Order: sequence, then structure tokens, then C-alpha cells
Amino acid sequence: MKPRVATAWLGGCSGCHMSFLDLDERLIELGEKIDLVYSPIADMKVFPANVDVTLVEGAVANVENEELAHIIRKNSRCVVSFGDCAVSGNVTAMRNQWDPEVVLHRAYIELSDVNPRIPREYPTIAELMKQAKPLHEIITVDAFIHGCPPTSDQIWTALTELLAGRIPASTHVFLRFG
Amino acid sequence: MAILTLTIDGEQVSGKDDESILEIARQHGIHIPTLCYIDGLAAVGSCRLCLVEIEGSPKLAPACTTKPQEGMVVRTATERLQRHRRMIVELLASEGNHQCAVCVVNNHCELQNLAYDVGLTYVRFPYLFPKKTLDASHKDFIIDRNRCVLCTRCLRVCYEVEGAHVWDVAGRGINCEIISGLNQPWGDSDTCTSCGKCVLVCPTGALIEKGEAVAEMEKKTDFLRFIVTARKKKEWINMDSDEE
Repeated sequence: MKPRVATAWLGGCSGCHMSFLDLDERLIELGEKIDLVYSPIADMKVFPANVDVTLVEGAVANVENEELAHIIRKNSRCVVSFGDCAVSGNVTAMRNQWDPEVVLHRAYIELSDVNPRIPREYPTIAELMKQAKPLHEIITVDAFIHGCPPTSDQIWTALTELLAGRIPASTHVFLRFG
Repeated sequence: MAILTLTIDGEQVSGKDDESILEIARQHGIHIPTLCYIDGLAAVGSCRLCLVEIEGSPKLAPACTTKPQEGMVVRTATERLQRHRRMIVELLASEGNHQCAVCVVNNHCELQNLAYDVGLTYVRFPYLFPKKTLDASHKDFIIDRNRCVLCTRCLRVCYEVEGAHVWDVAGRGINCEIISGLNQPWGDSDTCTSCGKCVLVCPTGALIEKGEAVAEMEKKTDFLRFIVTARKKKEWINMDSDEE
């Protein structure tokens, strides 16, 4: 049976997933090696059970992210912080110096060109956590892929290692912030 | 002045009695990580990254402020020291707001390089996300206290080399910060000569030039050796080569 791999998108800009797609023709090779069971680039609504490796992009920024993080941990053998926001909070956590209300006001009222209002009437928009947190402050994380975003070569190397059952070593070459 | 013989990491080395262990180690190609230390300014031993083990002493000693003694046995890279160094970088990361991805000195940052040096895969301590200020009142420069590691290089270069003493340290503990003048906007400082030395010696993106975008600024600290050598020895060294 092929390894079951998932990717998740929490509080991030999707840049890490863009970089994942930059694997280009290697995606075909990867597709032959794995079953992608959950991902923002695949149409699965519910995070499945029994996942071998999950790459998690983004910081834990809202209550929905937090809920998904716990499900991911429960259902995955190996959880990987995928990119700087998951590793350290990074840009997503730059709002942490202010109360979420102040941040919402700044974004939706002060900086609005038309119709200044905070969108609260949609139940699908999850409530912000008081602070955006790196993934490992919420759940146990097994491996880290650094960079904003990680390069496709880094992702390829890390995936190759992870699928071989090894935790990728953080060498100087591999380790980078920004 | 006497020449002493000591052992650093099993290697027999010699150095002058008025040099520091750090200087002697560097002369012999032995790498000890540093952050607050910069060649040309007074060593203050505050960042603790250059801590070394000295045989017979229960305490760790900062290599930058410790003088050698005859027969001294020094170890610079034991597992304990590496553990401490990683912890120091983790604490610096968790006590500031260091978003490398949007920093002007991304890829040219001493703190970033230290993180790689100590193998910082992630920070074990909770990030504090402290509320810090940014002052862009100076016509040419910005101080962004989010990125400040309190090394005091800016303070020392301004006081020791420029002679202006614009910068000082205010507050205690976690509230400690670098201030200009009498805690007034940098642009209002009467003493600042706008020489920019503080910006160049800053190891991170805390002091930056206006108009630089992400990853655009690379700091050159060579000027410090030139000025200090000229003052001390009345020698004007050629900065194009490595010869003194």
C-alpha cells in the first residue's frame, strides 16, 4: 500500500503550497509513490484517519485551525511543520502584539476603501485566537521544514526522507529562516 | 606584555597576556560564536554566546572578556556549551519579534546565522511576542526594536568611536530597550551626527537605512577596524586587502 500523505493549510498565505506545486514534473513521480488523502489542492472535506505524513502550512491563527491541528495530530503518524509560519508564527504572528479586535478594526475599518465593516455575520468565518501560535505550541510536531516559503528542492528532499521513514536532519543547508 | 602558552580544544596555542581568550582562539582559527562582541569596540561579555569551559573552574567564562593564564586549559565546543548556546539563541528568538521573511537584513543577519550555527530547528520556549516600538523619526535611519537583541554595539560605537553617546539602555529585564537621547525620538536628538556607524554595526535588522526593502541591506563593519587602527596606531590600513 502506498504511504498516505496529507497537506493542510492553516494561517498562512498558501506560499508553501505554491512552492509544493513548484515540484513541477516531480509531482508526477510523487503521485505514483503516494496517496494524497487530504489537501487544499485536492477535494476532500474531512481530514481522514490513518495518515502517514501530514505537512502543515501556517500558524494556528483561529479556532478552526486549532481544531484541525488536533485532528491532524490524532490521525497522523508524522506531523511536519511546513514553512516558517508553522515553525515560528512568522508573518501570521505579527498581529500578536495587539488585541484581535484592534487588528480587525485596522484591517476592515481603517484600511477599507469601501463598505467599512467587520464581517461577523458569516458563521463560516472562524474566530481569531488571541494570538497566532507556531504549530508545535499547540500539538507535538515530529519534523520541521524551514523557509518562507521552503524551496521545492527542500520539500522534495524532506518528502523523500520522510517517505523512507526517516526524519530529515536539519543541516545548515537545510536549515533556513526567511 | 608577556607571551603565554595555553591549550584551546586540545591545541597548544600562544597569546599575549593582554589579549582575550576569544582573540587568541580566532588568531588560531578556532571558531567561537559571538553576538555582542565586535572587533574594535570594548568587549562587554553580555550575550554569553562565547562562554567557554576553563579546566579547574566550576563557572563558565565569556571568552571575549577573559584573559589567558599560563597553562590554562580551555574548551570551546563541548556538548554542554553547545546546549547553552542553542538555548541563548532560542531565548533571543522568543523575546523579540524576528520575522526573517519580512526583514531588511534577511540572509545578511548575524542572529539568523547564529540560529544556523547552533542548529535551531525550532524554539522550545513559548514566543512572547512583546510589544515593541519602531522609531522612523530620523531622516536617514530607522530603529525597529522588534529586531533588537540588546547587544549594545550601537551604544558602544556611538560612545567610543563617534563620541556622541546618543544611545543608552533603559528599563529592566524584559522591558529593557535601547533609547536615543533622553528617551526622545531619534530625529529630535541634538547629539546624533547622522554618521550611521550604529546602523552598520547592528547585527540584526534593528537599525536600518531608510529606503531598503526586504533582504536588501548588507552591513559592512570593516570601517570600524580602519578607524580604530588609525586612532590607536596612526596607521591607515588598506581596506581592499586583508593586510594590516
